Amino acid sequence: MSRAFVTLVKRDLLLAFRHRSELANPILFFILVVSLFPLGVGPEPNLLQSLAAGVIWVAALLSSLLSLDGIFRSDFEDGSLEQILMSAHPISLLVLAKVLAHWLITGLPVILVAPLLGVLMQLPADGIGVLMITLLLGTPFVSLVGAIGVGLTVGLRRAGMVLSLLVFPLYIPLLIFAAGAVDTAMTGFPIGGHLSLLAALLVGALTLAPLATAASLRISLN
Amino acid sequence: MTQSNAARQSPSSPRPEGDLPPSLVARDLECVRDDRVLFTRLSFELRSGGILQLEGPNGSGKTSLLRILCGLRLPDAGEILWCGESTSDLAGEFHRDIAYVGHLAGIKRELTPLENLRVTIGLGRPRDGVDLEQALDEVGLYGFEDVPVRNLSAGQTRRVALARLLVARAKLWVLDEPFTALDRKGVAYVERLLERHTAEGGLIALTTHHTVNVSDTQVQILNLSEPRFRPE
Repeated sequence: MSRAFVTLVKRDLLLAFRHRSELANPILFFILVVSLFPLGVGPEPNLLQSLAAGVIWVAALLSSLLSLDGIFRSDFEDGSLEQILMSAHPISLLVLAKVLAHWLITGLPVILVAPLLGVLMQLPADGIGVLMITLLLGTPFVSLVGAIGVGLTVGLRRAGMVLSLLVFPLYIPLLIFAAGAVDTAMTGFPIGGHLSLLAALLVGALTLAPLATAASLRISLN
Repeated sequence: MTQSNAARQSPSSPRPEGDLPPSLVARDLECVRDDRVLFTRLSFELRSGGILQLEGPNGSGKTSLLRILCGLRLPDAGEILWCGESTSDLAGEFHRDIAYVGHLAGIKRELTPLENLRVTIGLGRPRDGVDLEQALDEVGLYGFEDVPVRNLSAGQTRRVALARLLVARAKLWVLDEPFTALDRKGVAYVERLLERHTAEGGLIALTTHHTVNVSDTQVQILNLSEPRFRPE
C-alpha cells in the first residue's frame, strides 16, 4: 500500500520535472502579483505592512488556481486516471499521494519565497515567521480542498471558472484566519487561537478531502 | 523464443486447493446513456480459458459494457459476479485480478516505456521476478525502453499499453480495440498473446471489429445490436 503511495508521488514529481516550464508559472505569478503592490500603492512602510499578509495570501490563493486543475486533468485525458481508479489500493490513499505531490510542487515553493516577499512588503521579522507558519498550515489545505473541486470538474472541457466558484468559498475561512494571525502577531497579541483554527482546518481536510475526492473522481468517470 | 520465456514465468497451473477457476458472470445488465437505453437484460457467462468478443456498430455500448465490467461505470441495472461474488462487494479484491487496456492507453507521454511499466507495477500487487525489459522486448520495443513515449508512434504506444498486460499478470483482461494502430505482425503477436493467456486459464473480454484468429480457444461472440438486448 505504501509502495503504491510512493510510486505515485515519485511519478508525479518526475512528470513535473519533465515539465519544468509549466512548473514555474504559478510561482512566477505569485511573485509578480505581490511585487507589483509596492509599485501600485506607493512605498509607505505602514500601509504596505498592514496590507502585507492579506496581499500575500490572496496572491497565493490565486496562483493556486493556475495549478489546481493539473492535479487530475492530464491523467484524465490520457486514461491514467482509469488505471489509478482500478488499482487494488484504496483510492483515497492514491488521491492523497497526488495531492502531496501537488503540494510539494506548488505549495512548498510559495512557502520558500514568502519571506522575500514579506521583506518587500515591509513585514517585520516576527510577522514573516507567523506568515510562514500560516502558509505551512494553509497551503496543504488549499491542495486538499482544491482536489475535491478538480475531481468534480475534471470531466468538463472548460473547468476553470466553475472550479474557482466551487472552491474559493471554501478558502474564505482560511484566508480570514491566516491573514488575521499575521496582523494579530504584529499588534503583539497571542495567536494561538488563530493557528489552532488553521490546524483544525488542515486536519479536517486531511481526513475528509481524500474520501470526497475519491468519490468525486468516481462520479466524473462514470 | 521470447514466448517460451514468458510462459515459464507465468504464475498459472498448480492452483492452491479450494481456489475455484475464475469466472465472470453478468446478470441482466442495463446501460442507459443520455436517456437512451444502449442495452438491457444483457447476461453472459465467461469461464476460465474463454474469450468474449463484443460486437456491434459504433455507439452500441461496447466500450460502456467494458467499463462496467471494470467497475469504472456502474450498470443501471443488474450485477456482475467474479468467482461467484458480486464485484460491488469485492471492490479492490476484484481490481487485483483485472487488467484493462482501454481506448485511452493510460500511458504517460512524458515518461519512457520503462518508467510507465514501473508505475503499473507500483500500483498493482507486489510481485517478484517481473522483468520489465523482457516484457518490452517481447512486445517489440527493444531499444525503445528509454525513449519518452511522446517520441514513439501510435502503434508503439499501443505496444507499451499491451506490455502492461504482461507485467500485471491479471486473470481477467479487458481490452478495448486491442488491435488498433498495430501492424500485421503486431496483430498476430496479440493473437498469440490471447491464446497464451487463455491456455493459462485466463479470461478475456474484448471489443474489436477484426476477426480474432486464435486456435484451441472458443471465442464467444456477443452482438450488442441484437434485438434481445433492446428495450420492448
